[in-house]
Amino acid sequence: MIAVVDSGSGNLRSVEKALAAVGGRPIVTADPDVVRRADRVVVPGQGAFRDCMAGLAARGLDAALREVIAAGRPYLGICLGLQVLFDESEEQGPVRGLGVLAGRVVRFRPESPTRKVPHMGWNDVHLAPGRDEPNWRGLPDGAHVYFVHSYYAVPSEPGVTVLECDYGVRFAAAVRKDNVFACQFHPEKSQSVGLALLTRFVTCA
Amino acid sequence: MLTRRIIPCLDVKDGRVVKGVNFVALRDAGDPVLAAAAYDAQGADELCYLDISASHEGRKTLLDLVERTADCIFMPLTVGGGVRTVDDVTALLRAGADKVAMNTAALLDPTLVRAASDRFGAQAIVVAVDARRSAGPTLRWEVFTHGGRHATGRDALAWCEEAARLGAGELLVTSMDKDGTRSGYDLELTAEVARRVPVPVIASGGVGGLEDLRLGLTVGAADAVLAASIFHFGEQTIRAAKAYLAAHGVPVRALA
Repeated sequence: MIAVVDSGSGNLRSVEKALAAVGGRPIVTADPDVVRRADRVVVPGQGAFRDCMAGLAARGLDAALREVIAAGRPYLGICLGLQVLFDESEEQGPVRGLGVLAGRVVRFRPESPTRKVPHMGWNDVHLAPGRDEPNWRGLPDGAHVYFVHSYYAVPSEPGVTVLECDYGVRFAAAVRKDNVFACQFHPEKSQSVGLALLTRFVTCA
Repeated sequence: MLTRRIIPCLDVKDGRVVKGVNFVALRDAGDPVLAAAAYDAQGADELCYLDISASHEGRKTLLDLVERTADCIFMPLTVGGGVRTVDDVTALLRAGADKVAMNTAALLDPTLVRAASDRFGAQAIVVAVDARRSAGPTLRWEVFTHGGRHATGRDALAWCEEAARLGAGELLVTSMDKDGTRSGYDLELTAEVARRVPVPVIASGGVGGLEDLRLGLTVGAADAVLAASIFHFGEQTIRAAKAYLAAHGVPVRALA
């Protein structure tokens, strides 16, 4: 069973349906005990970092997520589900994150007025030099995926970034540390490429 | 590089496509879900529903339609039309919309934009602006509401700037002068809006052919182009549009 964690914000239905479409058995839940029992955990998220963290904490989900991550179960973070892994975000803050990954979340500071924020739309992503990401195996380097965000994570630990994207600044499109994988883009909105990634996640050992 | 988006838009009423969609052999040309799935398969970058139902029953039908659509497409879905309250926004996002577009209600009560944006994030809130050129020696546009029927006296460029400040994450700018004419977008309008706001701008109203898409994305400086009839009636495909744009140096997402 895959727990799709409901922090109280965001379009969970799309994530649930996409996981089901690739053969997963998702259950949308805000119950920390269901999260603890899950084989795999997906944390989607939209909206503000502060609200997402508050939503997780209010339900005791932050502790449950740290436990399942420590237990080595596969974790997939999407968008805010990537950002909350880090130490802190500057959005309406600083606001503390889960601290599973070292680093912070910062806002795009466009170098020109023609570069719009949010970063919204399909952008190409590339494997970080020397990295091999199991959830990306067989997918073409430079494939386009759908992004919609104004903030991005800056990991401070080397090697955590597995996919990179360029939006005036090169930023982490996906990160991995052990069993924890997270992407800034939306696989559930990225048509065949996104579904391929989700297929690998629901079948990974 | 961030690519420019092509967004087919379906007008829906009481759960049905208003004029029907004829680009593929659909079992039911009036079923928005079938059209949405076909556009997903064609590689559209996003999809937009504009609901023109007036009745309460029509609104409930819309939520059901959004649910059924979100269950079978894997690209972003924007839904607009008749959104009046934060609860309306909540219901549409819960049903599976990724972004909700507001028009008349945002203008009547700008705090609605702020409240919805604070709650769900700017990325989920689109402000749709219907603009018409004003008579007179200086180039200006006036905002119209209620589907283009009511003049407001408000300057469209000023309203676009305010909407972005209030927390709209994207602006959908429709030229009332051009809508339905097939003579191309109002390029001066979209370019002027794009120059003034820090958020993405979608050009809308007037597409007659692929060159109009290119002009909207280049001269019009739009981040995305909305189109309806040229795709719905099979004159053009998403694939042909992308090939045309790519051949003319506009960055678009390659299709598998």
